[in-house]
Amino acid sequence: MLYREAGQFKSSYAADGQIFPIRQDRIGIMLLLAIAFVLVPQFATPYLLSAILVPFLIFSLAALGQNILMGYAGQVSLGSAAFMAVGAFSAYNFVLRVPGMPILVAFILGGLCAAMVGIVFGLPSLRVRGFYLAASTLATQFFVVWALTKIRWFTNYSSSGVITAQQIEILGYHFDTPASKYLLVLGVVSVLALAAKNMVRSNVGRCWMAIRDMDVAAEVIGIRQLQTKLLAFAVSSFFCGVAGALYAYAYLGTVEPEAYSLDLSFRILFMVVIGGLGSILGSFLGAGFIVLLPIALNQLAHALHISTAVASNVELMMFGALIIFFLIVEPHGLARLWQIGKEKLRLWPFPH
Amino acid sequence: MNINFFFEVLIGGLLSGVMYALVALGYVLIYKASGVFNFAQGSMLFFGALTCVSLTEFGWPLWVAIIATMVVMWVLALAIERVVLRPLVNQSEISLFMATIGLSFFIEGLAQLMWGAEVKRLDLGIEDVPIESLMNNFNILVSKFDVTSAAICALLVTALALFFSRTSVGRALRAVADDHQAALAVGIPLQQIWGIVWGVAGFVALVAGMLWGARNGVQFSLTFVALKALPVLILGGFTSIPGAIIGGLIIGASEKLAEVYIGPFVGGGIEGWFPYVLALLFLLVRPEGLFGEKIIRRV
Repeated sequence: MLYREAGQFKSSYAADGQIFPIRQDRIGIMLLLAIAFVLVPQFATPYLLSAILVPFLIFSLAALGQNILMGYAGQVSLGSAAFMAVGAFSAYNFVLRVPGMPILVAFILGGLCAAMVGIVFGLPSLRVRGFYLAASTLATQFFVVWALTKIRWFTNYSSSGVITAQQIEILGYHFDTPASKYLLVLGVVSVLALAAKNMVRSNVGRCWMAIRDMDVAAEVIGIRQLQTKLLAFAVSSFFCGVAGALYAYAYLGTVEPEAYSLDLSFRILFMVVIGGLGSILGSFLGAGFIVLLPIALNQLAHALHISTAVASNVELMMFGALIIFFLIVEPHGLARLWQIGKEKLRLWPFPH
Repeated sequence: MNINFFFEVLIGGLLSGVMYALVALGYVLIYKASGVFNFAQGSMLFFGALTCVSLTEFGWPLWVAIIATMVVMWVLALAIERVVLRPLVNQSEISLFMATIGLSFFIEGLAQLMWGAEVKRLDLGIEDVPIESLMNNFNILVSKFDVTSAAICALLVTALALFFSRTSVGRALRAVADDHQAALAVGIPLQQIWGIVWGVAGFVALVAGMLWGARNGVQFSLTFVALKALPVLILGGFTSIPGAIIGGLIIGASEKLAEVYIGPFVGGGIEGWFPYVLALLFLLVRPEGLFGEKIIRRV
């Protein structure tokens, strides 16, 4: 009854092309942003902010990057953690070596470095597809982590190979409380998510989807493979790079290259699959699911008095089983469930 | 450059290449027959080796343990086919691939839950000592263990190749690999064939797991051996048994040579990524690998 677009007429091109065509969606998203920006930092506990919400937002951003590449452009990649590492370590080096470097600019430069690495390792996508591509993106993963470990310059010759992220400071304000870090991350993620949403419904996004659906056919109708595929790799790596920088600066604080291991890449892959391929909302849902699942399982194990060794193995098994379960039951992910719910809501309470 | 040393490294590399080939073979078998890129091969390898070792720790003789593990692997393979793959028939290749990643998490958890996570030693009764005649005559150090395990691998690979080309089951397998529907139409029981393929892949995983486990100890890092086999697949082609063998030899030899001759200049440890970069460069020239089927794309 409440959720219905009847009577909402579009009378201008601007109204026709808006991001959320249904008024209730617009109000909903405004409310959500208002709650996230105003109420949450006021009332949430530091634990909730720094252990759940901040990683959730950062992983959402990384999942967005992965989703752009995999869900929209159809190029399977197993190296997203490597791009995150490039983003984090280049942001660190920019702040370290360029005096007076503003931190946000460093994040963006970190993202751009990741984008460049992404373009280089995206080159094989012009020749190979499918599993061959997936396996060859593993090269990124192993090479980047190796390079960051072995070339001491990147870690500023620290003896343990661990870097400590600098203080986040913007215009003299120090972001050191959980709430302020949360707001910074939320701001960055909101802006980039908006950018992604707009990108995928513009010319660029349509080209990506055409390439994903059938690259030969796309080429025939005049979409240039080289530019489109490499742009997808660049944008995706940019998102991952910024996410990686935030991961180091706003969440972990001290990072070693090993933190961006293949395991993290898989985790991001799962977020995209469980959330829904080719959906911006899905990236957030998937990230939320994967961040919350281990915490929930941990609590459960604690409540049932299971030893940690057993619990961690059970967690691994649950993780695997849930992924298989999702693939079997809902291959289009949580975003699809959300969509079905919305369809139902539109017809409610008269289903005909 | 010392020529003896070069040959020593080369032979060592080729021998470990045979073992890579064996792991890669597990992938190829399943990919050919069911179009699934089975990422869980590494976990199956780990699971098999760990089960076998744990059974011998109960005091079972080695051969009884091996047979028992084979039964376990067979049951595991059938269960995978029934629970994971059958509901996912007709899904895109990539979601099947994800499912096997999920499966690998599950198996790793299960293995450690059942048998514990500590490193176990496996003794196959083969000594890891240099072969004396080679050492005395040519001054080349080649481990007896490496040669024996390479021989076992070679034997297994030959047996499988014969099984595929000479027996009626093998013919059925190749028919399924060519075209599922056509195979069904001529009366080949698809699910039975998949069961056999996964069972054979499980057996290959067990052998590879035992050999690698005896070398490095049975531990979690065994699952990474499977990651080593991926560049072998890219190089050799996903659908080709000879490709897996030749690819394994190339990767094994070049990896060791690169580590010895290039490694010192860049700080070492390049074994981890060198095969991938090699395979990547190779892909730019031949996208379907050495022996893979030519990919024809139609609109």
